[in-house]
Amino acid sequence: MSESKILVEVKDLHKSFGPLKVMDGLDFTLSQGENVAILGQSGTGKSVLLKVIIGLLDPDEGEVALWGRPIAELDEVELNSLRRKMGMVFQSGALFDSMTVYENLAFPLVETGVTDEEAISAVVRERLEWVNLAGAEDKYPSELSGGMRKRVALARTLAADPELILYDEPTTGLDPLTSRKISSMIHDIDERVKSTSIVVTHDLACARKVADRWCYLSGGKILADGTPDELFESDNQEVRGFLRDISVNPTTDSQAGPGASGTISSGKGS
Amino acid sequence: MKIFLTSVGNFGIFSGSVFTRISRKKVRFGELIRQMYRVGVDSLSVVDLCALFIGLVLVLQTSSLLARFGAEGQVATIVGAAFVREIGPVFAAIMFAGRVGTGVAAEIGSMVVTEQVDAYRAFGLDPVAKLALPRVIAMTVMLPALTAISCLVGITGGYLLAYSETGVLAAVYLDKALAAVTPVDVLGCLSKGTIFGLLIGLIATYSGFSTPKTTEGVGEATTRSMVNSVLVVLVADLILTKFFMLIG
Repeated sequence: MSESKILVEVKDLHKSFGPLKVMDGLDFTLSQGENVAILGQSGTGKSVLLKVIIGLLDPDEGEVALWGRPIAELDEVELNSLRRKMGMVFQSGALFDSMTVYENLAFPLVETGVTDEEAISAVVRERLEWVNLAGAEDKYPSELSGGMRKRVALARTLAADPELILYDEPTTGLDPLTSRKISSMIHDIDERVKSTSIVVTHDLACARKVADRWCYLSGGKILADGTPDELFESDNQEVRGFLRDISVNPTTDSQAGPGASGTISSGKGS
Repeated sequence: MKIFLTSVGNFGIFSGSVFTRISRKKVRFGELIRQMYRVGVDSLSVVDLCALFIGLVLVLQTSSLLARFGAEGQVATIVGAAFVREIGPVFAAIMFAGRVGTGVAAEIGSMVVTEQVDAYRAFGLDPVAKLALPRVIAMTVMLPALTAISCLVGITGGYLLAYSETGVLAAVYLDKALAAVTPVDVLGCLSKGTIFGLLIGLIATYSGFSTPKTTEGVGEATTRSMVNSVLVVLVADLILTKFFMLIG
């Protein structure tokens, strides 16, 4: 893994919103093929990190490099061409509510110049099958449940065939059963497309299912970085405390603690 | 004062970015036609209804005043000149700001709040080129057309009332109305429509994009769009009226 190509490199990242300092010298590296979960308490800047990586927020200080190219040195056209190699699944789904599910999925293809209607239709139908939503093409986002919207958002991101996928709280706001389904779906898709991903989540069951490396974010820095087992056995009290608390009082799943499902030592879930 | 200057500066930067994209021809023809239909054709009924009633009221008010001086026959002159020089462009612009400008500000504002604008950027697309540009061009092109139609409807409305009050013949009314309008008046009317359309388009899209990500944000953006559009249209009207008086 250490010899893999580095896709994301964040160095000494600082980001504040008014008087609130969210990032305070954060360093982070992601190599090709890695699936990383970013964990941490609410308000610690997990989603901010994703938005800085994809260029939706500018850092106050520090450097973000994508595929070895510092984004501060790129013009808008170059940055947009790098963004097309990434996909982001937003916490809210961010589906275009004036478009049908089909149009939402076709959107990234049409906008990148694909004109062959049959090719677009084939991609849309395949991606909808991946997320078990075949037949939902003509529905509008307002007609979908929260879980379905997340799945459509996931399918839309996959329609563009991204090399790197950023997931912002993919299971937040869903019931435990739907959360498990979404986590399994992300895991299956990772296996299918061999993507590299960063998943921001509070849901340890989801993190265990989709990521083989966990990073714990606190105080504007990565406080712990390693396999799930390494974090559960971390010397840092805050990390251990957080993981134990959330294992005892999970928001969405009670099977997330050390040893759950017998998959800890194997890293990424079964 | 600092907030006002910052807002004006940001609006200037935003407008500059829209103009830059016009020069790069970054607009899709199909989307432009769709927006032109939406902002123009769909606004026709409300703008025309407004013009019709203003025409009726204008004749009602002026005919009684002119009758005191025995000049009832000049009603058509007043209606023609007033509509083409002032009432047509300004009222069409105010109705347009209320119907189309607020709609655009609310639409883009909602997209900001629900992260749809972020999704555009995450897909490597330029939201200003994709969302603002077709709407601004459509509003700039369609408002002068709506203004011209509203002038015709207003003058016709005036005739209907003048006919019912005084029995004036259509040919006489039309002759007097047209005689009151010079080519510079027509040029001024269409120029005002174009400039007002551009200003309302820029203000509406800027208000949408600067929507704070709160529940109240969309409402604030909509109100800001309407108030700023009307104020800017009235100020621009004063400047343009003076300009066309000088060249006329």
